[in-house]
Formats: sequence, structure tokens, C-alpha cells
Amino acid sequence: MSILRWLIFVAVAKPFAYLVLGFNVKNRARLVRQGPAIVVANHNSHLDTLLLYVLFPARLLPKLHPVAAADYFFKTPLLRWVSLNIIGIMPIARGIQARGDLLKPLRAALARGEILFIFPEGSRGEPERMAELKSGVARLAEEMPEIPIVPVFLWGAGRSLPKGSRLFVPYRCAGAVGEAFCWTGDRKSFMAKLKETFEALAGEIPGRVPADD
Amino acid sequence: MPAAPVLATLGAIYGALAIGTAVAGVARARKGDAAKELWQRCISWWWMITAAAAALLIGPAGVLVFFSFVSYLALQEFLSIIPSRKEDRLIILLAYLIIPANAVLIGMNLYGIFLIFIPVYAFVLFPFLLVMAGQVKRFLNFTGALHWGMVLTVYNIGYVPYLMMLPDGASPAGGIGLVLALLALTELNDVAQFISGKLVGGPKIVPNVSPKKTWAGFIGGVVTTTAVSTFLTPLLTPVDMPLSVLVGFVIAVAGFAGDVTMSAIKRDLGLKDTSALIPGHGGILDRIDSLTFTAPLYFHILIFFCFSGYAGSGL
Repeated sequence: MSILRWLIFVAVAKPFAYLVLGFNVKNRARLVRQGPAIVVANHNSHLDTLLLYVLFPARLLPKLHPVAAADYFFKTPLLRWVSLNIIGIMPIARGIQARGDLLKPLRAALARGEILFIFPEGSRGEPERMAELKSGVARLAEEMPEIPIVPVFLWGAGRSLPKGSRLFVPYRCAGAVGEAFCWTGDRKSFMAKLKETFEALAGEIPGRVPADD
Repeated sequence: MPAAPVLATLGAIYGALAIGTAVAGVARARKGDAAKELWQRCISWWWMITAAAAALLIGPAGVLVFFSFVSYLALQEFLSIIPSRKEDRLIILLAYLIIPANAVLIGMNLYGIFLIFIPVYAFVLFPFLLVMAGQVKRFLNFTGALHWGMVLTVYNIGYVPYLMMLPDGASPAGGIGLVLALLALTELNDVAQFISGKLVGGPKIVPNVSPKKTWAGFIGGVVTTTAVSTFLTPLLTPVDMPLSVLVGFVIAVAGFAGDVTMSAIKRDLGLKDTSALIPGHGGILDRIDSLTFTAPLYFHILIFFCFSGYAGSGL
């Protein structure tokens, strides 16, 4: 399966992102070159995961795992299989199924040197608008304070494939990578730093215009 | 094997680029970050010129595919910066299909249909589709912007690959020569404007639109481009010496016009660059802005004076 995953990554995901979506990344040099790390991004579209993946070279592919809601991605057996084997999600329970130590598998993955993608908005929400950030990522950072947090702001995917639409329209996609940082000492300042970083990175994307109305 | 003037021109372009890159390299070593953008700009030129040269050497199909891709990226960039409405998504997807449709007309040499396909048929079709989408708020704004973008990035750019379809016999260096002369003079004009504007400075032409455009830059561009055109254009195209003055002059003025027009759009939308696709240059629209104006004018000068009565493959 890892060969199929690698093929899709190299022959489909990368050309699609760079040639069809015109994906362009600012400050790419700030990206981590190895795990463990947590990549934190804003979330407007399923394509966001693809854009985060293609930031990385193929050799890191086995180590990359987007953290995703189990109830959504395990809805059907096919979706479950694709989510686990092709996309490579790290499932996490939410809502009424959420009991016990939810972060345990994430800590284990980080301990193995893997790179997790976390969307702290939780859901994709309105196209190209930031929702309230949830503090799960802060809890994870607090428990593993030495793990670098890499903020990435993404733009364009929310217009190309917004929540609630099946129609893909190729809008230009761009991203900006922020300086990696570690646990700040308390949750409030950590979340504030994350929010400020996203806002600053949003201003760094050339040609970015406000969301549609 | 391409004609000798083509190879000589490509050699001269790479030679000039090598000198420019060396100058930028020295500037970067001395001034550091202040000259970094100039350096990036030169490196990007190496990639762009090599990609365009490779497309030219492949032939008409290579040029058609290359410029269709350029049109795609440019249209995408345009559609991503103009204010659109959620109801427009399906029609925007359909608007991209204009590119392969236009490419088929060019590839099949259906000259008469190519000429009117976007200006007439797309002009009638897309407002109607937008009406059927059912949103009237800012209808005129979006309808106008959409058609404007299609003409600019697909129709006008389509004239470049169409040059490859013109009959080879009449041109000393074939279709490649026609395209090479257009691209070389258009980009030379951009560079000459930039350099003479930087070196001389002085009064600005349209300070509200583009604070960097000076009269000195404009005149420097016109003089350089017209001068180079008088020996380059007769070598590469069926244009004779007297007419090559007109070709050079028109490319210089139209290139400037295309450049400041894109600047006005960016000003209107509050943007500095249309994207950061090409390091040191900005977006693809920032790079091809002058070409969107020079290509159709140059093409029709050629048709009028050198290929009069041209009708494509008929149909």
C-alpha cells in the first residue's frame, strides 16, 4: 500500500497542487526537515490536507499524518480504507465518542518522530474565514513541550473546494510558513501566539483578496 | 534544425542574460539583500527563457501547449483576484474550458472562427450563463471582469501560438522566427524600460497608477526596442526595414500600455503583485502584462502587411 500511496503523492498530488492549483509557498525554508513536529494550519477545505502534504518531500511521506475526526472519515468502509491507507490520517474521536485520553495516539506518533497536521479550527467552516481556534493543540504542546510547532497559513483551497460543495473550481492556492515555536508556558499565551501568527502570515500572501460574499 | 537567425537570436538572448546575471551577482555580493530581488529576477529569467525556447524548438504543438498553460495560470490568477460571487463558481469552471476550445481552433488553423470565438461567442454566452445562475448583485461588475480576463489571458495570448500557424514559406525563419521576434522585443522593452527608468529617473508618467514608471523609462524603452527591431525583425520575419521601425515602436508603446493597465487593476484591487508565482517578478500576470497587449497588435500588423488575405485552413 505504501507504494500506491507514494505513487499517488508523486504522480497525482504534487502535479495537481503545483500545476492545477498554482500552489505557491512563502518562506518554505522555515519548514521542518524531519519529525517530530506539529504543523498547524487554518482549515477551509479538504484540499488543505493535500496542500500541507505537498509541502514535504516524498521521503517524509510515511511520517506525515493529518489528525482527523474519526466519525467523519470512518463514515463508510471505503472512506475509512482510503483515509487510513491512502491519505494516512491519524483518527481522533470527538463529540460523544470522546472519552479518556484522546491525545495518547498523537503523543505516541510524535514520540516515533512523526509529523502531525492539526487544524485547530476543528471544522472547515465558512470559505476563507478563520473560526475560533480550539485548544487541543495547546494541550498536546503542553504535554510535549519540546516538539516544534510549525504554523502554516493556507489560502485559496476554501474557494476551490468549499465545505458543502462537490464542485471543484481551480482557484489559485498559496501558503505562508511561519517560524517554528515551542510551548509558550501557558495555554492562553500559546493560543494567542498561534492566532497572531496566522493573522500575520495571512498578510504575507501576495495577491490575496478578501473572501467572496 | 531551426534557421540560423533563430539560433543567433537565442544565443544573443542567453548572452545578454548571462551578462545581466553577472551584474546582478556582483550587486548582490556588494549590497546583500537590497539586490536580492534583482538576482531572483535573473534566475527566473533563465527558467522562463529556457522553457519558452524549448517550446519553440519543439514546434507548433510545443508552443500551443506552453502558451495554453500560460493562459491557464494567468486566467486562474485573474479569476482569483477579481471579486466574484459564490453563485459564479460553475461558470468560472466553464470559463476555463475556453482555453482548450481556443487551442483547438488555433491547432486546426480555423482562423475566421478563432478571431471571433472569444470576442463574440464567449461574449454572448457567458453573460447569459451568469444570468441563469440567478444572482443580479454586482452582475455587471463580474460579467465585465470575466470577459475582460478571458480576452486578456486567453484570446490575446492565443495570438502567440497562432503565429506558428502562418505559412512558413513567406518567413525567412518560419513561425519560430515570428514568435521569437515578438517575445524578444516585448521582453526587451520591459527590461529596457526598467533599466533606463532606474538609471535616469525624472518625472513620472502616471504616478497614481505606477509610481515607478518614468518618461525616461518609457522613452528608453521605445528607443531601444525600435532600434533593435530594425535589425532583428527583418532577420526573423518577412517584415522589411522601414516596417520594422513601426513594429518596434508599436511593441514598445503597447508593452508599456499593457504594463500600466495591469498596474491599474492591481491598484484598484489594493494589490502589489498578482501572486508570487515567479520569484523576483511577482505573478504570471505581472510577467505577461505587456505581452497581452503586444501579441494581438504585432499579429495584425504582420497579417496586414505581410500575409494579407490570410484565411487559415478555411472551413
